[in-house]
Amino acid sequence: MEKYIYINDRPVLWEDEKNILALARKAHIEIPTFCYHSELSLYGACRLCMVEVEGRGLVTSCSTEPFEGMRIKTHTRQILKLRKTIVEMLLANHDQECPKCSRADDCKLRDVSNRLGIDKVRFRKTRERKPKDLGSECLVRDPNKCVLCGDCVRFCDEIQGIGAIDFAARGQNVNVAAAYGKSLAQVDCVNCGQCAAVCPTGAIVVKSHIPQVWDAIHSGEKYVVAQIAPAVRVALGEMFKLPSGELATGKMIAALRILGFKKVFDTAFSADLTVVEEANEFVSRKSKGEKLPIFTSCCPAWVKYAEQSYPQLLGNLSSCRSPQQMFGAIAKERLPQQLGVEKEKLYVVSIMPCTAKKYECKRPEFSHDGIADVDVVLTTQELGRMIKEAGIDLNDLEPESMDLPMGFATGAGVIFGNSGGVSEAVLRYAADKFDIPVPENIVLQEVRGSSGLREASLADGNLKMAVVHGLKNAQILCDKIVSGEAEYDIVEVMACPGGCTGGAGQPIVHNKAQRKARTTSLYHADKTMPLHRAQDNPFINELYETLLEKPNSHQAHELLHTAYKHRKRIDDDELSLSGAGAEDRCKVRVCVGTSCYLRGSQDILAKTLQMVEENAWGKHFDIGATFCSETCDKGPTISIGDQTIHHATLPQIREMISKAAGTRE
Amino acid sequence: MSATYAAAHSFNKVMEILDRFERSETKIIPILQAVQEEYRYLPQEVMTFIATSLGVSPARLYGVATFYSHFSLEPKGKHIIKMCDGTACHVRGSSAVIDAIRKRLNLTAKKITTDDMMYTFETVSCLGACGLAPVLVVDDAIHGQVTPEQALDAIEKIEAEERENA
Repeated sequence: MEKYIYINDRPVLWEDEKNILALARKAHIEIPTFCYHSELSLYGACRLCMVEVEGRGLVTSCSTEPFEGMRIKTHTRQILKLRKTIVEMLLANHDQECPKCSRADDCKLRDVSNRLGIDKVRFRKTRERKPKDLGSECLVRDPNKCVLCGDCVRFCDEIQGIGAIDFAARGQNVNVAAAYGKSLAQVDCVNCGQCAAVCPTGAIVVKSHIPQVWDAIHSGEKYVVAQIAPAVRVALGEMFKLPSGELATGKMIAALRILGFKKVFDTAFSADLTVVEEANEFVSRKSKGEKLPIFTSCCPAWVKYAEQSYPQLLGNLSSCRSPQQMFGAIAKERLPQQLGVEKEKLYVVSIMPCTAKKYECKRPEFSHDGIADVDVVLTTQELGRMIKEAGIDLNDLEPESMDLPMGFATGAGVIFGNSGGVSEAVLRYAADKFDIPVPENIVLQEVRGSSGLREASLADGNLKMAVVHGLKNAQILCDKIVSGEAEYDIVEVMACPGGCTGGAGQPIVHNKAQRKARTTSLYHADKTMPLHRAQDNPFINELYETLLEKPNSHQAHELLHTAYKHRKRIDDDELSLSGAGAEDRCKVRVCVGTSCYLRGSQDILAKTLQMVEENAWGKHFDIGATFCSETCDKGPTISIGDQTIHHATLPQIREMISKAAGTRE
Repeated sequence: MSATYAAAHSFNKVMEILDRFERSETKIIPILQAVQEEYRYLPQEVMTFIATSLGVSPARLYGVATFYSHFSLEPKGKHIIKMCDGTACHVRGSSAVIDAIRKRLNLTAKKITTDDMMYTFETVSCLGACGLAPVLVVDDAIHGQVTPEQALDAIEKIEAEERENA
């Protein structure tokens, strides 16, 4: 039987809505809220979503379950007054520098304040001004704009499984902080930027690199070229009032040329190249049965996460650079000669849906002799802002096309922007080798979808794949792989919900439908392209003939592959446990970092200290715990004097300590 | 135990503490209390180690440690002096005592530990001994109905003991 709830005396059908807020939205009533996010846990802190329930009085609509026959009022005099007071109090401590704020057009606080008709704030500021965190290459945190809704904290913890930021202190001093009040750059933040995407105000924003790009364009010396990632074309239009997902490739290219970019290329071209390299890497590993599953390595947030948390799996990551960095390497290698420009003057700007790409392009391995492969990364948001700054009316532009050769891509490269897209592109390439039937429309439904963790078994179970988005899902999967509970051949990981289309560099998403529209549109773009498989891209084939020889060749490795290293989660010092500073002592360092700890290093350290103490050998040793010796796959790692011992065992260390003590007695 | 082993001993103690509380995330507070007992504060590196061992993020642990005024992330002095500034003590003149102690030790509301790491002076909101207001606690010894002069005397007494032991 159908159940009804009465909102403002009008019946609303109650289906599976978990709370009044969702029900009200269905009834086309937008109840203001800062801390309610349908994908995150309930928090109930902002108190803005209060409604009146008959017989119960005021309740928070986000955390109150409906019951049959419930009668709700959403805008009584008391409620409107309450909302105004709450927003006024938030505004009192909010740094109201709206005209200078990059979130001005998309600020929930500003929007709610306007909607409630607030024209004055009756309260005075009570919080002290706090410094901004400018340390990260990707994000800027401004605590003076924070409304303490905790959306960022919960996203980082619940969806990404990281918890790089959390609430610190108490009462009027409470603030969102990284561990020990450090900068995001010094902690385990992977730069996915989703905190900025869910922030209702400008308390966390994408760091702008617009000035650097204008400088390069205006300098007159630089030859500025752009590469555009697939996901950008289905989202940029949103900033210019186009419907979500509307493909704006042609207009965007025209706008870039007007801005002053000399050439406009497609990152989907280098995504095609990634497909060829990665698929061949996989086929080679599969035939040898080694280092499986292969993990994709296109997502820089995932790569940093793996470097921090899964050192034992680093060997499984594809050694392929991401399409952005492949593009950069090929561009700096080839374009100077093709375009007749000095290498020093070629300036490569990436337009990305992603904040972590800003960090990726600054990784030292992607610079050679002081020349970076990619000079600077702009997000979709920043490109939109540059177009607006220049006064270009995007909607009225005649579409133009990309420059050849690096502007030519197949559909395989384009779908890279969707979760599951990299897998599908690799499958299209390798289908022949594994006898996977490819339907005429070349759509491989097996890896498509929106669930956070998807599995597919192809080629009669010979090819097992997993596709995850959200690093928490990746964590669950990796734990299963490490423990041997799950086995796969290929694992695709993207940090952001829905993949790159849901990246934090994209215009702010207000609902799931918007993200879905982008995903659908990207698959549609693939359909309308003439070619769908990376191996059919004539310019990729030409690149192999003239420069790279063959996939995974020596030259390909030089330009298109990379290596990973373990990273500490937090920048801090090692723990000296005895006699530090005395130079003549035998230095013993035991790694107690995550991976060594799991392999029992702590027990070895405790027993070693005990042994030294019992034998009164303290004067001979300087014993310390380090947090990482960066060789996690070989842990536990212990260094004694100038010897480094991997896979250390207690008897072995006992013997070495005794020996070292013996020579010193 | 010699001083050489103090750091190693403390670290062993941390491991013992973690074992005692079964490395359970739900026992964060008793773990931090026990660790602070050992170090007199919560050193950052030790916090990161505890976070890793418990499988919680360092930011979460930092959040817990900064929530409770009982926990300190800064090293504290050898002698800890606490003055109650709750309602009853405040009304009975705690401010004058606080001012006198801060002046004597050259401290402020923000700088609570002397440079020589000898004293930490903090105000607390209520010690639950309102009948004795204003209340001063010097190294766990409670002084009731304290005046600025008595507070300074208590500090002089510590100074004298320190000179004797030196």
